[in-house]
Amino acid sequence: MIKKFDKKDEESGSGSNPFQHLEKSAVLQEARIFNETPINPRRCLHILTKIIYLLNQGEHFGTTEATEAFFAMTRLFQSNDQTLRRMCYLTIKEMANISEDVIIVTSSLTKDMTGKEDVYRGPAIRALCRITDTTMLQAIERYMKQAIVDKVPSVSSSALVSSLHMVKMSYDVVKRWVNEAQEAASSDNIMVQYHALGLLYHLRKNDRLAVTKMLNKFTKSGLKSPFAYCMLIRIASKLLEETEGGHDSPLFDFIESCLRNKHEMVVYEAASAIVHMPNCTARELAPAVSVLQLFCSSPKAALRYAAVRTLNKVAMKHPSAVTACNLDLENLITDSNRSIATLAITTLLKTGSESSVDRLMKQISSFVSEISDEFKVVVVQAISALCQKYPRKHSVMMNFLSNMLRDDGGFEYKRAIVDCIISIIEENPESKETGLAHLCEFIEDCEHTVLATKILHLLGKEGPRTPSPSKYIRFIFNRVVLESEAVRAAAVSALAKFGAQNDDLLPSVLVLMQRCMMDSDDEVRDRATFYMNVLQQKQKALNAAYIFNGLSVSVPGLEKSLHQYTLEPSEKPFDMKTVPLATAVITEQKTEIAPVATSKLPEKLAPSRQDIYQEQLAAIPEFQGLGPLFKSSEPVQLTEAETEYVVRCIKHTFSNHMVFQFDCTNTLNDQLLQKVVVQMEPSEAYEVARYVPAPSLPYSQPGSCYSLVRLPDDDPTAVSCTFSCTMKYLVRDCDPNTGEPDDDGYDDEYVVRISPCGDPSETALPIGRHVASSSLAFSLPAGGPGGDRRRPHTEGPEAQLRSSLGGGGRRVREGGDVRAVIGPDAGGGREQHRQFPGDAAVRAFRQSPGEQELPRPLPRRRVPRGPRRAAAGAAGAGGRGHHAGDRAEQRGDGGGRHPGLRGLKSPAADLGSARPGFHFFFFFLLFLSVSTQQRSHTSDVIKL
Amino acid sequence: MDSAALEPSLYTVKAIFILDNDGNRLLAKYYDTGLYPSMKEQRSFEKNVFNKTHKADNEIAFLEGMTIVYKSSIDIFFYVVGSAQENELMLMAVLNCLFDSLSQILRKNVERRCLLDNMDGVFLVVDEIIDGGVILESDPQQVVEKVNYRAGSEQAFGFVLLDYITGNMEGQADENPLSEQSVAQVLQSAKEQIKWSILK
Repeated sequence: MIKKFDKKDEESGSGSNPFQHLEKSAVLQEARIFNETPINPRRCLHILTKIIYLLNQGEHFGTTEATEAFFAMTRLFQSNDQTLRRMCYLTIKEMANISEDVIIVTSSLTKDMTGKEDVYRGPAIRALCRITDTTMLQAIERYMKQAIVDKVPSVSSSALVSSLHMVKMSYDVVKRWVNEAQEAASSDNIMVQYHALGLLYHLRKNDRLAVTKMLNKFTKSGLKSPFAYCMLIRIASKLLEETEGGHDSPLFDFIESCLRNKHEMVVYEAASAIVHMPNCTARELAPAVSVLQLFCSSPKAALRYAAVRTLNKVAMKHPSAVTACNLDLENLITDSNRSIATLAITTLLKTGSESSVDRLMKQISSFVSEISDEFKVVVVQAISALCQKYPRKHSVMMNFLSNMLRDDGGFEYKRAIVDCIISIIEENPESKETGLAHLCEFIEDCEHTVLATKILHLLGKEGPRTPSPSKYIRFIFNRVVLESEAVRAAAVSALAKFGAQNDDLLPSVLVLMQRCMMDSDDEVRDRATFYMNVLQQKQKALNAAYIFNGLSVSVPGLEKSLHQYTLEPSEKPFDMKTVPLATAVITEQKTEIAPVATSKLPEKLAPSRQDIYQEQLAAIPEFQGLGPLFKSSEPVQLTEAETEYVVRCIKHTFSNHMVFQFDCTNTLNDQLLQKVVVQMEPSEAYEVARYVPAPSLPYSQPGSCYSLVRLPDDDPTAVSCTFSCTMKYLVRDCDPNTGEPDDDGYDDEYVVRISPCGDPSETALPIGRHVASSSLAFSLPAGGPGGDRRRPHTEGPEAQLRSSLGGGGRRVREGGDVRAVIGPDAGGGREQHRQFPGDAAVRAFRQSPGEQELPRPLPRRRVPRGPRRAAAGAAGAGGRGHHAGDRAEQRGDGGGRHPGLRGLKSPAADLGSARPGFHFFFFFLLFLSVSTQQRSHTSDVIKL
Repeated sequence: MDSAALEPSLYTVKAIFILDNDGNRLLAKYYDTGLYPSMKEQRSFEKNVFNKTHKADNEIAFLEGMTIVYKSSIDIFFYVVGSAQENELMLMAVLNCLFDSLSQILRKNVERRCLLDNMDGVFLVVDEIIDGGVILESDPQQVVEKVNYRAGSEQAFGFVLLDYITGNMEGQADENPLSEQSVAQVLQSAKEQIKWSILK
């Protein structure tokens, strides 16, 4: 039958595809012959191939039809045809997620996996593990353990790899196979070695000590597999990075020794690991670079590519280290693989001298249209770096960039160019006019709203200060006529900035504004009306406050608050003051603490630490309804690092509550803790409203439990409170190797204490300097001295404005406030934050007199509550004070209100922790002094 | 082009696919479920990759944040995809193993027609080289041994002859498939059949 089919195809030409016109229903119909006796292996094989081919082409199989075909297929296990059996395994794997009741083949697969036919065993294991779930895994555990140490390499490899896949699903079970994996790691077969190493690492990666031991063992014994070597190098470099081990550590020596391995793969991996190490000196880089240099002349394109790509990275940090390779790189400029050529040129641009720039730029422009967008971005980045290095070359670069801007390209690429031009403009005042001209030309035909708004914002910022601002007006007003709402709105804002800064342009700007007031879009109209009114006042102060001022709140925070607001409809209008301010300081730390999934786009705005906490807390049903998170403290270690249970505490402050988050880690591998709660005994009027226990705390997997404390609202004098904390839990002993817990456990408790920190500077800094109520913080009309300068708070003009705006004033105000979120100014908003680092610390103020002389990383500042609200409420109300004076005053009385922070040390701090298994009590107190400013203004400090 | 260090892991291969010279998919496996979860995204990725690579045989490319190594043979293209930070040489090892194994199984006729005729063998080879993104085997010799598959096109000739001779005995031949017999056995049984037919 197949043969006839073939003949026909041959006649119709060689381009035909026997699977081309397959119909799913026809194939499933054919699958009925699976039920025929005797089984015809050849035809069945062909039909199975068709089914897998269809699945591979993305054909959708309904559950019923898939289940039907699957059940028919199970009959084929009766045949002994090898290929047919193997195809059955494949079908099982492909259908595991589509068909129902796939587990019915378990016994057939188990039989094959333990049978005599070695050809079946490996694939059977892999198919079996694909359909097994956690509950079934126990049943086949014995077979898996045997298979891992089987002497047939394919069986052992299959079992190891399948175990690795199952680690995600049932870590606890697979963990028990670690001894078998250990045995497999000493196998002679290179792939078994590699897979065993991989599995061992995945099982132990949370336990740094075990990883170190494993590394020591394997680096000494030596491995045969180049893949395993690559894996070892990666583990070693990760460990080096985590422990911040110096470059004299044995691990570094190991990586360096791999540069002399006989496999290119290993050599390259080692070189790349060294290059990626932070703080590598030129001397340490040298051997890696010289290896890469050799690779540059390899006949293999992949190797040349790998080498030049890595050199390109070296050149970013250590251009001088790469200069030795310049000659080899020159040879690669004409490489037929454009990726290699591009990387070579961009590397040379970083390392070469100023004289070679023109030549290289010419070379690259000859094929820039041929390379992919990713590499165009690399080129743009190289140019950007070059402009910083050789400012005199900016005209060449600018021309090149403007040509690139005209070419086709995706958003990422265009954005890279625009960013590059903007950075050139910022650094090079001479290039400003040409740069702005190119950008103006670009927005004339720009499909990306984000870029258009960004450029308009820049025009608004830079344009008015150029010698002839009038020429930009045309470009901007064209946008108002031609573009979408977001761009029009941004254009209006930009126009307003011209009007505010150039008196001679003001009349024409006003005319244009008048036109914009007829716009079809609400936002554009609102802005036009608002700016029109502000500009007509001709008050410098008003211009500064309402035209140049950006948004000072954190954008993700605002997004969350707005989302929250839409979820809980209320009569009250949205209050901008509940949104956390952008805190640059916190954002800096995000990478170390945040368990963020690595995003594909590096530019994606990573949420700040506090945003992450807010998300975590919001996920706990008990803590809903607490309102927005106001501030989270830094984590404090409550135990020493080596104790059996490690506990650290983070305080989250809400307007009427505080949540204590206890991150606990169990370091005893023979215990499983359950229902872990940290009980807190308050000394004052505070009450603990609720505990949220951590359900289970297995060995070395951190878990969190929470305590919710209500701040007393009837007693404003309760400014401080001491909590003594006891961790209570149910202990279940378990086998350290298998992790299987005993059936019954017993209750136990553990008194936690603050560990005296080793570093004096740490001890001196209180962890919880924070907190004022949200309304206090957000009533800050301007941040820092910069803000004061920019926004003199004279009451007069504002009152005038309000009256002139009449009833519409409020609406316009709101529009103005929300403006930055909607888009146009968002980019600018962020920049402005950077300009005022003072804002970052708006709420971080400390009040203890004892700490006055300590170096204070964050400026403190206080402002009376709600001046803006007062101002908005009644024109002329003298709500706004003079900030400078205010601050000084408050610093004094803030200190005065704190008669002192108590610093007690735990009396039993040194009671040993060396007897694991028992419980001991340490005394220990968590001192918390919460000071209340006004009712809901609390500020607390934990003093160590 | 991000330089973030790679988390040590065995999951090296993100995807593997074989396209014909019109860019149509002959076989594709995506091992990272987070990467191109829908068929539409997969197809457009393949199309993009094909457009950028089919003109020049450059061995390696960097597209959509992914390192791609590739190889072409007559009218088919083999691609192996890994993350941007992946060791390019590891990916090359996979690609070479795939190509060499297939070339042995297809008796050096690595072209579209022959590949499609032996699709079952191709599926099995890919399954032996990579399991869920982990490199299972990198030695083509081992792969061929494990798959233990013989290309169908030459077998077909034997079947034509045998079917012709045996005529009504097709059912029996199917029950005792030739794939498990050596060439000598085939000849032996053919001889016997001829002998019998003459003796009759």
